[in-house]
Amino acid sequence: MSFVIIPREKATPLLNFMILISSLCAGLLAVGIVFLLKGVNPFFAIHEIFRASFGSFFGFKETLTKAVPLILIGSGLALAYKAKFWNIGAESQLLVGAIFGTWIGLNWGPSLPGFIILPLMFAGGFIGGGLWGLLPAIFKIKFGINEVISTLMLNYIAAEFVKFLVVGPWKGKTKYGYPYTDDLPAQAVLQHMGNSRVSLVLIILAVCVALFLAFLVFRTRFGYEIRVIGENPEAARYAGINFFRTTLIMMFIGGGVAGLAGVGELSSIHLHLSYPETISAGYGFTAIIVAWLGRLHPGFTIFSGLFFAGIIVGGDAIQMSMGMPATTVNVFNGLILIFLIMGDFFINHKVRYQRRVS
Amino acid sequence: MERIEILEMKDITKSFIGVKANQDVNLVIEKGDILGLLGENGAGKTTLMNVLYGLYHPDKGHIIVNGKPLYLRSPKDSMKAGIGMIHQHFMLVQKHTVLENIALGFDEAPFFFPQRYMRKQIEEYSQKFGLNVDPNKKIWELSAGEQQRVEILKTLIRNADLLIMDEPTSVLTPQEAEELFDILRKMINNGHSVILISHKLEEITSICNRVMVMRKGKVTGTALIKDVSKVDLARMMIGRELSGSLEKKEVKPGKPMLEVSNLSVNSDQGLPIVQNLGFNVLWGEIFGIAGVSGNGQREMVEAITGLRKSVTGSVSLEGKDITNLTARDIHNRGISHVPEERIKFGTVANLPFFENSVLKKHHKTPFSNRMLMNYPNIRDHAKNLVAKYNVDAASISVPVKNLSGGNIQKLILGREISSEPNLLIAAHPTYGLDVGAAEFIRKELINCRDRGGSVLLVSEDLEELFQVCDRIAVMFEGRIMGIVDPNNCNIDGIGLMMAGLEQQNQGENI
Ligand SMILES: Nc1ncnc2c1ncn2[C@@H]1O[C@H](COP(=O)(O)OP(=O)(O)OP(=O)(O)O)[C@@H](O)[C@H]1O
Ligand SMILES: [Mg+2]
Repeated sequence: MSFVIIPREKATPLLNFMILISSLCAGLLAVGIVFLLKGVNPFFAIHEIFRASFGSFFGFKETLTKAVPLILIGSGLALAYKAKFWNIGAESQLLVGAIFGTWIGLNWGPSLPGFIILPLMFAGGFIGGGLWGLLPAIFKIKFGINEVISTLMLNYIAAEFVKFLVVGPWKGKTKYGYPYTDDLPAQAVLQHMGNSRVSLVLIILAVCVALFLAFLVFRTRFGYEIRVIGENPEAARYAGINFFRTTLIMMFIGGGVAGLAGVGELSSIHLHLSYPETISAGYGFTAIIVAWLGRLHPGFTIFSGLFFAGIIVGGDAIQMSMGMPATTVNVFNGLILIFLIMGDFFINHKVRYQRRVS
Repeated sequence: MERIEILEMKDITKSFIGVKANQDVNLVIEKGDILGLLGENGAGKTTLMNVLYGLYHPDKGHIIVNGKPLYLRSPKDSMKAGIGMIHQHFMLVQKHTVLENIALGFDEAPFFFPQRYMRKQIEEYSQKFGLNVDPNKKIWELSAGEQQRVEILKTLIRNADLLIMDEPTSVLTPQEAEELFDILRKMINNGHSVILISHKLEEITSICNRVMVMRKGKVTGTALIKDVSKVDLARMMIGRELSGSLEKKEVKPGKPMLEVSNLSVNSDQGLPIVQNLGFNVLWGEIFGIAGVSGNGQREMVEAITGLRKSVTGSVSLEGKDITNLTARDIHNRGISHVPEERIKFGTVANLPFFENSVLKKHHKTPFSNRMLMNYPNIRDHAKNLVAKYNVDAASISVPVKNLSGGNIQKLILGREISSEPNLLIAAHPTYGLDVGAAEFIRKELINCRDRGGSVLLVSEDLEELFQVCDRIAVMFEGRIMGIVDPNNCNIDGIGLMMAGLEQQNQGENI
């Protein structure tokens, strides 16, 4: 008697969905074991996490706030991953977007009304993140440098540059020696709903971007070309697709939406540029899992982004209420990613129970 | 280990979503047999062999070896049982040496000095079966024939008793095919057996001793080769007689469509492979390029179609210079191209059929405007291709990788021909097609000419070239050895030119 693993030739959408759900459950189970080892009742802990993030009005507002950058970045990453361009530098694209947004907000903000300065800041952030995203694309195509390495390294450069700015030339005159820039003028700040930190504008922006990118990938010529490049570069060459231009546009958009996330965080939450760890709580990395959980469909990242935002919020909550260490959320994310990737195995293979004769 | 005396596949049924690829198929092969497996494109031959190799699990049915049931969980099990398979697309690591490729995944080599052991094994088996390969060469340095020998060695060293070969000769030159058959004969003399899938009836009748024909997933007949003729086989395969000759309209060839002069091109390794080549293709003519493959045909075609930069020389279409333009520009000016390595270049395996049906014309109306794809039109186009070119696909939404080899080819041919190009460049268009489909494609080539377009046909199949071409150029080592009129020349002369032994003129250098 034994289990045998055989390749699966067909995977229906329903099966895909079931596998997705099962991997999530398996991931939660593994997380549960971690809780058990810490002497915490896992059902209670996981219940707490979701109660804190989705079960209470206060928590849900926090979840929405954190979902915005995850959706923005995650949908841009899904775009890049469709072209098999392994961008893991969204963190720095977000930061550069925030730098551009800060400069525009601080320099032009005081003299312009809100409905002009805010769009300008977002446009600037998009361009900033986009340009930063172009670098690894150029490196890859012109010099053959692996994009995983270059995007990773660019993360450090951008982070150090932000630190340099906030302790050096851009250090705020009103900030009493703290490593912050001055606050943005009032008209460059996004309004919140009620007494939350949720900005309706940002939520609409994130959802629109994700839907737009989904449309881009599956309905436009550009999206078609991206998918051909990702699936078979040789065929792309044969089909006369301009590799260089398409990849550049793709990374400009992918980096740009991460830049939007940077400006969003800046103008809605922080109101000034400060240390990179403060500006982005690792959104650029968490969004990798968001893109993956969304099956590289930019539209689906709306849901996966919300889910992971919930985990971040819930993780914070149990950290406080149960005294779990601050890294609990990372363990959570890591385990879920591992199980998602393992789930892919079951999309391509099936396990059968077979009695061995002879 | 016990050798395979008799192997039976009983009532094998295997279906995929929407397709019954095999239905109650029975197959018997005994020691010393070379069994030919024939059938239309999509008949289920590859699927059946993948079942026997342990890659697919049958929905129903079982395999019996020497009277005992054999359960296959993966190719590992089938290898253990003495079954080896060589797929049409070689599974070798290009950057590794022959020795390393053969050693890859081979468990029996000793822990110490495995190299020495493997080298001895390779020598022993090469001698026994006449498989000459240099174990130190890298795979990319080898011709298709040599790579195939490496694959055969690999299976033999793993003790394969039964060798399955899926369309082995479609990538080989005629000489290489002969060499392959010599090897196979040596193998059966040693008590091995072989299952050979092929669309070439001559091959089946010359080397096999038994034949099994499949149609639409079912067996339509098995016979001893000595009892059947080629005509019988064709009928069993496609259910009708082949019409035999092809009608061609009288077309007065017009002005030059494509002018190639002094073209020189380098190979992937940067060595000159096409040298000072020149010829014209006229309006309303099918111009053939004969020659053993590997003599620069592929590089020449790539240079004309914009996939490779030429070193010197010029190419012009209808009098306008198109030398070294981009692939898209050249396509836009009316050149369609059926590439030689069509699975690798011509399709995107994971994208659905309909998206593949517009590859390369996806940027044109009615399939898209500047920005948006027009999927309703694309789907209609795909449906037309399926109907007109008789593509066997479960639906137009299946990924192309689920199509059978010949049907992928029909997709590409249909896509390229249906755009009614001024000039169609087709490399080996009928490779891997069943005889019925091949005949249909030849007719389509002639249609293309009859409506005033031109065709540049690169092929190794002299019979095909003689059937359809108006003029045939023979290419050897990157040069044109001569241009002949197929109605008025002798085959021996062409043979000599193909071997580089005789030269008529330097082509047309304009
Ligand atoms: N993995 C798969 N998923 C879905 N359908 C498949 C798959 N593999 C094969 N098929 C379908 O099964 C049928 C038989 O395919 P198969 O590859 O066995 O044909 P074949 O006889 O080898 O044809 P050819 O001569 O063209 O290579 C085809 O209709 C094909 O579309
Ligand atoms: Mg096949």
